[in-house]
Amino acid sequence: MVERSLRGKVAIVGIGETTYYKHGQSPEPEFKLALMAILAAAEDGGIDPRDIDSFASYSNDRSDPSRLAAALGTKELRLSNMQWGGGGGGGAAAVGNAAAAIVTGQADVVVVYRALAQGQFQRFGRAAGGGTVAGDNALINPYGIFVPAQRYALKFMRYMHEHGIRHEAMRALAMASYHHAQSNPRAVMYGRPLTEEAYDSSRWISEPYRLFDCCQENDGAAALILVSAERAKDFRYKPAYILAVAQGSDHRNAARSFNAPDFASSSFGPVAPHLWEMAKLGPKDVDVLQSYENFTGGVLMSMAEHGFFRPEEANEFLTLENLLAPRGKLPLNTSGGNLAECYMHGLELQIEAVRQIRGQSTAQVPNAHVAGVIAGPMVTPVSTMIVGSQETL
Amino acid sequence: MRYLPSGLPAPVTESDKLDLPYWEATRQGVLKVQRCGSCNSWQWGPEWLCHHCRSWHMRWVAVEGRGRIWTWTRCWHPVHPALKSHGPYIVVLVELPHAGNVRMLGNLLGDPRQEVTIGAAVEAVFEPHDDAAAPYTLVQWRTA
Repeated sequence: MVERSLRGKVAIVGIGETTYYKHGQSPEPEFKLALMAILAAAEDGGIDPRDIDSFASYSNDRSDPSRLAAALGTKELRLSNMQWGGGGGGGAAAVGNAAAAIVTGQADVVVVYRALAQGQFQRFGRAAGGGTVAGDNALINPYGIFVPAQRYALKFMRYMHEHGIRHEAMRALAMASYHHAQSNPRAVMYGRPLTEEAYDSSRWISEPYRLFDCCQENDGAAALILVSAERAKDFRYKPAYILAVAQGSDHRNAARSFNAPDFASSSFGPVAPHLWEMAKLGPKDVDVLQSYENFTGGVLMSMAEHGFFRPEEANEFLTLENLLAPRGKLPLNTSGGNLAECYMHGLELQIEAVRQIRGQSTAQVPNAHVAGVIAGPMVTPVSTMIVGSQETL
Repeated sequence: MRYLPSGLPAPVTESDKLDLPYWEATRQGVLKVQRCGSCNSWQWGPEWLCHHCRSWHMRWVAVEGRGRIWTWTRCWHPVHPALKSHGPYIVVLVELPHAGNVRMLGNLLGDPRQEVTIGAAVEAVFEPHDDAAAPYTLVQWRTA
């Protein structure tokens, strides 16, 4: 049987971002932000924007591919793809969907993009007032549970209980993101370092999450351009090859009223093994990791479910020293991530992985050849990917 | 006596009536969950199909309002306008050991700053909202 795999067949050759803003502070509307990021990615790669023939996104992005294609002067629109469900959990899946379309001849030049202007539209972390609710929300909202911080506090509170997780492990995750943001001028939290004392004294949002365990909300846009490996060397910078992508979630993950059998998890249980199998690599081969921080607890569970450590080793593994570039055991969220660079719904993490492979990060890991990107955890479906340099093929 | 301030969204029955028996029972002070008529599996929340054996014969069964805390959170940040200046409140996910360990959400009544213990026994308390446009009753929990 022919092996079914994306390994080495597609590369990311262009990356682009707008300025990142605090939520509601973008001077530009959302659709314009999407165009700005796509044009920046084309410029980065040395790609004629009219040659972009395909579009992939996630989380019901509001910038419609047909309108984008018209605006960009796209010669021919081939693929218009949306990843269902999971919010930021779809970030790596969108890349995987794009790569699959390229490998199967359905697309040639795909842009994966995400744009958010939360002043123009609604925030994630605030509920609308009044009214009535039905279905699963009727079993949840009347008790004061509305937003992701609260829903995912329930998961991690149980996980902490089962595995004896200490708050110092969560703090190390938050501090790693803030530390790396201090060398990244693009980061919203650039110039605003986080101390242990500030973390420990920060207010509770929803126990066990304090303020600094929770991602920012931001405005901006990000985009990546993918082509087949055959063409990858025609562009400006070193290609970052897709070594593997996996998406999905575990058995009955969406069972209502928090009845998923493995509720206290990041949803990566059965997904991560597919990733390693396609990549032909294991956790020890990863030089640098970007792991989506909606909440620090989600990062911890994601890393454990990917096999970077066992749950009972989390307290020992998750020290600030281990997580820092350039020399930590596993440098994590080297641009500042969702907590301190920008919550571009995680797509900034894919971009940072490409920078690490190119050698362009502001917190560069020496000789980074294998970079992991774990998209939004605890939702369904989740997704995860590995990119690598030419040397890993 | 209500645990949370007024102004939070009011639950209504789904337009397809799937969960109508649950909401009708809570008005009578009875807690009902689903049980499969074919394989006897317990199921919560309401679904048309048994997730275990694909049977359509889901029945509504009254269960004792007793359980134990499976996980919990204390919410501090007011994410809804009605919660502004209210202060912290406790949400518990309660499992029902005598009903296949199905889990249901509610508030833990009493001091919102009390210590909460995973595994602690709790019992159901029915909280009627008779003045709502469509009156309803929430199922809350207190330490047993």
